[in-house]
Amino acid sequence: MDFNTKFTPHTWPDHPEQATMEGKNKVVGFWIFLACEVVLFASLFATYLALKNKGPAGMEFTTQSLFELPLAFAMTMLLLTSSLTSVYAIYHMRNFNFKAMQTWFGITLLLGLGFLGLEIYEFYHYVHKGFTFDQSAFSTAFYSLVGTHGFHVTLGLVWISTLMIRNAKRGLNLYNAPKFFVAALYWHFIDVVWVFIFTVVYLMGVIG
Amino acid sequence: MSSHDTPIVAKSQAQYEYDRHHNAVHMRKQVVNFAIMIFFTFIAFAVVAADFSKYLIFPLILLLAGVQVVLQLYSFMHLEDKKTHFGGVIGFFMWMGILIAFTFFLAFLTIIWW
Amino acid sequence: MSSYTQKKGFGANVWDYITTVDHKKLAVMYLLAGTLFFAIAGFEALLMRIQLMKPNNDFISAGFFNELLTMHGTTMLFLAATPLLFAFMNMLVPLQIGARDVAFPFLNSLGFWLFFLGAVFLHLSFFMGGAPDAGWTSYASLSLYSPGHGIDFYVLGLQISGAGTLISGLNFIVTIITMRAPGMTFMRMPLFTWTALVSSALILFAFPPLTIGLLMMLFDRMFGGNFFDHTMGGNTIIWEHLFWIFGHPEVYILILPAFGLFSEIIPAFSRKRLFGYSSMVFATILIGFLGFMVWAHHMFTVGLGPTANAIFAVATMAIAVPTGMKVFNWILTLWGGSIKVTTPMLYALGFIPSFVAGGVTGVMQASAPLDYQLHDSYFIVAHFHYVIVGGIVTAIFGSAHFYWPIFFNRMLNETLGKLTFWIFFIGFHLTFFVQHFLGLMGMPRRVFTYMEGQGWDQFNFISTIGALMMGVGVIIMVINCLLSIKGEPAGRDPWGDGRTLEWSIPQPIPFYNFRQTPLVRGLDPWWIEKQEGNKEMTFAEPVGDIHMPNNSAIPFVISLGMFIAAFGALYHPDADKPWSIYILIGGLAITFGAMIFRSVKDDHGFHLHKEEILEIEEHLYGKGGNK
Repeated sequence: MDFNTKFTPHTWPDHPEQATMEGKNKVVGFWIFLACEVVLFASLFATYLALKNKGPAGMEFTTQSLFELPLAFAMTMLLLTSSLTSVYAIYHMRNFNFKAMQTWFGITLLLGLGFLGLEIYEFYHYVHKGFTFDQSAFSTAFYSLVGTHGFHVTLGLVWISTLMIRNAKRGLNLYNAPKFFVAALYWHFIDVVWVFIFTVVYLMGVIG
Repeated sequence: MSSHDTPIVAKSQAQYEYDRHHNAVHMRKQVVNFAIMIFFTFIAFAVVAADFSKYLIFPLILLLAGVQVVLQLYSFMHLEDKKTHFGGVIGFFMWMGILIAFTFFLAFLTIIWW
Repeated sequence: MSSYTQKKGFGANVWDYITTVDHKKLAVMYLLAGTLFFAIAGFEALLMRIQLMKPNNDFISAGFFNELLTMHGTTMLFLAATPLLFAFMNMLVPLQIGARDVAFPFLNSLGFWLFFLGAVFLHLSFFMGGAPDAGWTSYASLSLYSPGHGIDFYVLGLQISGAGTLISGLNFIVTIITMRAPGMTFMRMPLFTWTALVSSALILFAFPPLTIGLLMMLFDRMFGGNFFDHTMGGNTIIWEHLFWIFGHPEVYILILPAFGLFSEIIPAFSRKRLFGYSSMVFATILIGFLGFMVWAHHMFTVGLGPTANAIFAVATMAIAVPTGMKVFNWILTLWGGSIKVTTPMLYALGFIPSFVAGGVTGVMQASAPLDYQLHDSYFIVAHFHYVIVGGIVTAIFGSAHFYWPIFFNRMLNETLGKLTFWIFFIGFHLTFFVQHFLGLMGMPRRVFTYMEGQGWDQFNFISTIGALMMGVGVIIMVINCLLSIKGEPAGRDPWGDGRTLEWSIPQPIPFYNFRQTPLVRGLDPWWIEKQEGNKEMTFAEPVGDIHMPNNSAIPFVISLGMFIAAFGALYHPDADKPWSIYILIGGLAITFGAMIFRSVKDDHGFHLHKEEILEIEEHLYGKGGNK
């Protein structure tokens, strides 16, 4: 199939992300990759749980003294909402509405940036208190887990913005539709991981 | 054009309008799911803020997180869509990953101590 | 004459191999790289055996012995067995399922280059201040305090080559799921493809824990982390868990494709379809699944408590059940068959008893109380070499003889092949059989020498003689391979007993594999066609344009960036090397720059037109051939 075929809303396939063999492979492959990421994050989570609140004798930092619910709540709301906005983007992608898709992805980016900003503020705040990466086993495990998630957010932001800029002038076709779809899948997965981070790290941390 | 590609056909106006409507209905369902997720998040934060018993909070917020994840996977990530290519195989791999992940948690919480 | 049929110069050929995305060329590259590292690791083993030939030997120093045992284990598992099996998977899986290439040809190339440069990085340690010396398991309590950069080479080299392995595994999974030819249902796939699928799934789930474990070691050793430092609240047991969560599936990652290879060889030379195909598939999946539930049997003596030990002991013993199913299926395939004892078949016949012996000692160790006796003794060494050499290496050697015509369109010499088998096989049993007794007599593993008068001298001497015989066997095999260059072209289905799709393709295989996608009408499709007197497969489509991927140098550049960045990370903790951080950033910049370049630049592949296909086929097979 010629990837440069021009479409109208009437000829645009129902599942443009899986209309070509490359698209099918990409979507299946990306899901399989996400299954691998589940295990990757599980290793980090399990290690965090094993090392939670562990440190050198007389360590002053615990999850209860460190974490604050309002900040975690704000971050959660930002990321959850960005998940919905990327659903909107894919909705418009399937309707062959390029402008609306770009707009919704743009909103997703802004929300993601907001989340990242709050996370950087949080880390800065902790480091300022003396809770640095090499302070204890707990701090190393905490920064590794939440930092790996933050790294994924950063990658997602770079990825989605690269796609938006690259395709800004040429609109949708069957070559880039799977790319947008897969980037959205990645963004949802980041949200899935965050659901567990706010539950297991922050909420269960505040309880103790 | 290989045998793996979907042929391009122009839809009739009626078909087009039907598909558009179908997509719009589907999108409304997504918004409802989003509302459920936000609601669950509120409950999770509320029970923690209200400082109930640990034995109520832990299972409850873990359950809420689990439901949220299933909603994300099947609704937001379109896994429930029957037209997803090899959706069953994808689901199998995801659940396999989740099962293996569960054994990590079990092991790291029970047989790592001191 | 089109560009496809022209002869190329040497430089153009090298460039072609660096940029290729063709699964057949990558398979050859995996084969060559795997053989290189197999030779290196084998040489390390010989040095160790010579040191242990007599008591109180001073052939090599204790420190160098530690480096050798570490590098032997690491290299054999990650850099020899894995790529050699990947060579077969790369070559055979697309051919067996009737595909023109893997699902992601670009990633296939990336996987190879990451693996290869990671492996080179690890081996540079020998010349740059000493190799890793904490064993292939690199337990944190030992490796955290290892001076020098040896462990850093281990961590970074495995991180890079592990990423390559993971990418290739993912690629195989998607290829097998989505790229099967019409009619090739899951339950008609050749067993090698099935085992490749399950073993790739194991790679997918087992390598992330290793990646995380290595990342933690990286943080602890180079960036001030505290995961494993008990004075800071860390816990070294976490490394052991993460390593074995990876490490145990890893042995199934290697043995399952070996099972698959034998499941191809045995029916071919029994001239009979595989007995119990569906139970074989079921057993493969079950082994894969159970492989994830048993890792702590490597840690019985850590002190996990009786409950945990009992659970893992029972789960471990359960794996013997599906494995036993497989063994009986192979025997029943042989039963009543018209058996032809060729070199590959000899390896298969030698494999069954050797592997069963290794499996039985495995069940012995699964019993936790007995494991306290056997732990860290030569009994363990004997056990896993029986499984790995008796299972994986015989599979690789046997299928090298079996599939040589698919790889190179040449046959290996049968006489030399059988000679190799007997020398290698006898040497293998001499080396490792006596090690069971050494273990029961109390000889610990990983010691560089021993005192005389403990009754160990004679067995160690026999073991060394056996190891030298294995070395001789390998050398004869390499000579056989080199001689085949001058051999006659083998042609299509040279054994005459091919059953699956890969044998139906005319030789030499064109780069697009199948001129027309075949139609699969049952298990062993080529056998079915031959039984019906057909000279060709039934095709699913007329001759038409073929879409093929473009070559690309980007995978090499991405991997090179990682290779450079690894040196930056390696020297990061050294106070006298402030420039290291720039190397780290520069390397990562190359990698990410190449990735963004790849993302921004469209790559649609190209179409091979009908006329060009006919021209290529005429060039390959002569006028009028293969219509």
